[in-house]
Amino acid sequence: MPKLSLRDVVKRFGDNTVCDGINLDVNAGEMVCLIGASGAGKSTLLRCINLLEPVEDGEIFLDGADVSIPGLDPEPVRRRIGMVFQSYNLFPHMTAVENVLLAPRRNHKKSRAELMPEVTALFARFGLAEHMGKYPDQLSGGQQQRVAIVRALAMRPEVMLFDEITSALDPQLVGDVLDALRALKADGMTMILATHEMGFAREAADKVCFLKDGRILEEGKPEEIFERPQNEDTQQFLARALK
Amino acid sequence: MRMQTTGGKTRRQLYEDRLRRRSLLIAGGSTALVILAIFILVPMAPGWEKVQKSFFNKEVFLKTFPKLLDAFLLDVAIFAWCAPLIAILGLAVALMRDVRAPALFPLRIFGALYTDIFRGVPVVLTVYLIGFGIPGLGLPRPWNSPYIWGSLALILTYSAYVAEIFRSGITSVHQSQRAAAQSLGLAERDVMLFVVLPQAIRRVVPAQMNMLIALQKDVALLSFIGPVEIFRQAGVFKSLLANFTPYVGAAVIFLCVTIPATRYADYLMNKQNRERS
Repeated sequence: MPKLSLRDVVKRFGDNTVCDGINLDVNAGEMVCLIGASGAGKSTLLRCINLLEPVEDGEIFLDGADVSIPGLDPEPVRRRIGMVFQSYNLFPHMTAVENVLLAPRRNHKKSRAELMPEVTALFARFGLAEHMGKYPDQLSGGQQQRVAIVRALAMRPEVMLFDEITSALDPQLVGDVLDALRALKADGMTMILATHEMGFAREAADKVCFLKDGRILEEGKPEEIFERPQNEDTQQFLARALK
Repeated sequence: MRMQTTGGKTRRQLYEDRLRRRSLLIAGGSTALVILAIFILVPMAPGWEKVQKSFFNKEVFLKTFPKLLDAFLLDVAIFAWCAPLIAILGLAVALMRDVRAPALFPLRIFGALYTDIFRGVPVVLTVYLIGFGIPGLGLPRPWNSPYIWGSLALILTYSAYVAEIFRSGITSVHQSQRAAAQSLGLAERDVMLFVVLPQAIRRVVPAQMNMLIALQKDVALLSFIGPVEIFRQAGVFKSLLANFTPYVGAAVIFLCVTIPATRYADYLMNKQNRERS
């Protein structure tokens, strides 16, 4: 059974259909990369999976259980799915470590002392040990984004969603964030990325999906998609993206 | 090649120095001219002697000023118990207007009506209506005290304004902050309490400072329903001495408090603008 399954997922904003019947299976420990032009529906799809947006039609299964039933309490589901955003979205009034502690403290009613060993280890692991007490505006973009990853991980999610997390970063800061993703993959985390980093998708993904106009036009192993794309739109997109 | 400089300054710096000197000179000159005009022209007005005697009488000023200061303590006390209650009630009303649960819909309506009514009625009217109306019900002491009901009038009016300012702060927190908090699985209440509100309150501090300054002045309105605070005390002196100088004294006392407070609010506002740009 796949860890996460999407069945005919439809999302509209008014008359605008952003996700137009998306089907996708993600197995435990897999990294799936969503590629495609801006506005293809990648971000919206991720937001739907995390129940930040209610789907119009179709189902989302987590471990075989439908989590997209209208009226279902979204919080327990979101606690199992971590998400990292393009613009980091750290809470600016809290230090890095407070950002990370907030959710496990409130959601699991654990004390700071109980959580600190694990949180300290996470900061150290992502090269942030000396930045725990700093506020977001004292950190570089790459550091902020790694804190955001740590913040999501502190809830011990089963699936992680990454929404173009390197798009706002200076090129020399992208590497550290991609290294963090490689480390997570090595841990066996199940991950879905919306990304413009074609080189990274090709090297690290287990599966690549090409989206256009809210549909998955082509999916497969990275070498299939990047070397022998079958779909004409995929070919055109890659020709431009890899230039 | 570098331009030759004088005294280690670039052409640009010399030019800006010249500009600065010039504008300083002009500003100083024009200010001096205006002050001179006031001091020469105003005393030349036909009624000046009379005005001076009845508004700027030194003996009356010195005689009444200490008593006015005493009376001002009452203003400070009323202000001190009203301000925290206004903050609490204002925040409550602001939150009320955003509740989504259908069972709490009456609360939402109440919040909207509340702000509409108390922002729509002049403060003096509210002070009169509540300050005279409620004790008129024939309540026993101490429940007929004008202090209680006058303060309530101020609290109701000001919390309506303060609520709207809190609300504007809440809506100014970007949607992505909410999304980030929700994605962590935080409950709605926690999202508001730990992520949205702390940022919202920080942003509206300068605006709320301005409300505090306005409240400090409006405390004087309670004099209309009884309490002998500074404005009322000045009125008593005016009748007693047939002289308006006590009013000037009262104004001086108010200014001593409000000017520093206004400056501080401006300073906060500027600091925040700088931080955001």
